[in-house]
Amino acid sequence: MIEFFNALQDPNIPFLRQALIAGLLASFAFGIIGSYVVVKRITYIAGAISHCVLGGIGAALYLQYHAGLAWLTPLIGAIFAALLAALVIGLVSIYSKEREDSVIGALWVVGMATGIMLIAKTPGYVDPMSYLFGNILMITSQDLWIITALDVIVISLGILFYNRMLALCFDEEFARLRGINTRLYYLLLLCLTALTIVLMVRIVGIVMVIALFTLPAATAGNIGGRLWQMMAIATLLSMFCVTGGLAVSYQADLPTGATIVLLAGVLYLLVVVGAGLKKKMTKI
Amino acid sequence: MADQVIEFDNVSFAYGAVPVLSNVSFSIERNHSVCIVGPNGGGKSTLIKLILGLLEPDEGKVTILGGDPDDGRSQIGYMPQYIRYDQSFPVSVMDVALMGRIGKSAKIFYSQKDKNATMAALEGMGVADLANRPFNDLSGGQRQRVLIARAMACDPELLLLDEPTANVDPAVESQLHHILKELTERITVITVSHDLGFVSRLVDRVICVNRYVRIHPTSDITGEVIQDIYGGDIKMVRHDHCCSEEGHSHDRIF
Repeated sequence: MIEFFNALQDPNIPFLRQALIAGLLASFAFGIIGSYVVVKRITYIAGAISHCVLGGIGAALYLQYHAGLAWLTPLIGAIFAALLAALVIGLVSIYSKEREDSVIGALWVVGMATGIMLIAKTPGYVDPMSYLFGNILMITSQDLWIITALDVIVISLGILFYNRMLALCFDEEFARLRGINTRLYYLLLLCLTALTIVLMVRIVGIVMVIALFTLPAATAGNIGGRLWQMMAIATLLSMFCVTGGLAVSYQADLPTGATIVLLAGVLYLLVVVGAGLKKKMTKI
Repeated sequence: MADQVIEFDNVSFAYGAVPVLSNVSFSIERNHSVCIVGPNGGGKSTLIKLILGLLEPDEGKVTILGGDPDDGRSQIGYMPQYIRYDQSFPVSVMDVALMGRIGKSAKIFYSQKDKNATMAALEGMGVADLANRPFNDLSGGQRQRVLIARAMACDPELLLLDEPTANVDPAVESQLHHILKELTERITVITVSHDLGFVSRLVDRVICVNRYVRIHPTSDITGEVIQDIYGGDIKMVRHDHCCSEEGHSHDRIF
């Protein structure tokens, strides 16, 4: 553990520090938006959005090389793709008669396939694996600024619309009858979900980000009695998983993203089993 | 202030080619509580959705509190029959009841006034002491009362209750009966129910919906009328026998 804290202060390995800062910052957004997603039961939509992010990253890399758009970094591409995917899924579920789950499934793989295709057609060595499973070495200080800005936006909106979002998640029809524009708020929730996913894609990767999105929130749901309590607990759990995962992976030379996610998984399992046992005990 | 709380003027509605309501005209006056009855699939839910402005009529006009249903619904307290919610949704009784205040105040966060009005509504339903309890810990009857409190939190002109006795036991039913009796003296209460016995002594009129709409004074509800509504033989149990001023009535249908 001491080795990890020394490494954090080592000026020669800034990436570890940056990864920790990014992870801790993102934990707030994950706790808040993750809780909305879990109680609204739209985890699978978050999954589709995160996989579409690869399409955005591929497009960004491709256009950077072929069209000379230097500003179009993979992170910017990821933001665009995530928001686009969120809007498409949202509008389909609101307006189309198409089955929502089919559309989500289609978008899920098409987004990913587009990314792989575009990355393959971009000269130079780009390893899709680092996008799929995360690579903390890739976090630049510019990324850190963007992550901070997005984080602030997501957290502010998430807190500002707490009462309306709570009503939307709990009983959509009633919320609509009370004059809430439920379609607009649903789209907003999906967009906030998209931005939150982008925050953590660098660290844990596209495939595993969904775990960090839902596991701390689901764990917290077993503990907190109200939505804001669930959010606070999920934020703390997410921070714990990020810090613990980084430390363990650094110490034991393990893949960071996988370590963080496994830690979140173990915590969830323990709490679910614990809650189950407690219920049984009180019944006896 | 409009004297007609609800006015249907020759309203028809169809889902695709299937007509659900045809040429429906009726009106409900202020403080005249009514009950909507009818068989499943007869158009009760559609009628409610038209009142709430969730559906637009194909023909005719619906007027709520003298205006468009979209404007009127902020004055309607609505209790749905089911709420499709997550059994482990982390929310307190107060959180749920406060949702009734949304749209009453335009603010992002609830004010003290919102909280006071909500507490008063919970008190009115006798569940104020449960305010801080998780909603999921409540019994069916307690939940039902919290949902009525949620509907009442906005001080509505019109209370619309969809099957208030659907999931409760007889003891709770009689509690609800008392609560509703009180409410009908203050505001217009529209109850949707399959259980005519429950409402027949609460309301003045019964609106029977089976594609067409017929209105009967409660005293006129006889076996023939019920057979007409439900379109078949219905087993009637004479549950209690009482003679009101209007005459003799069968009070309970199973």
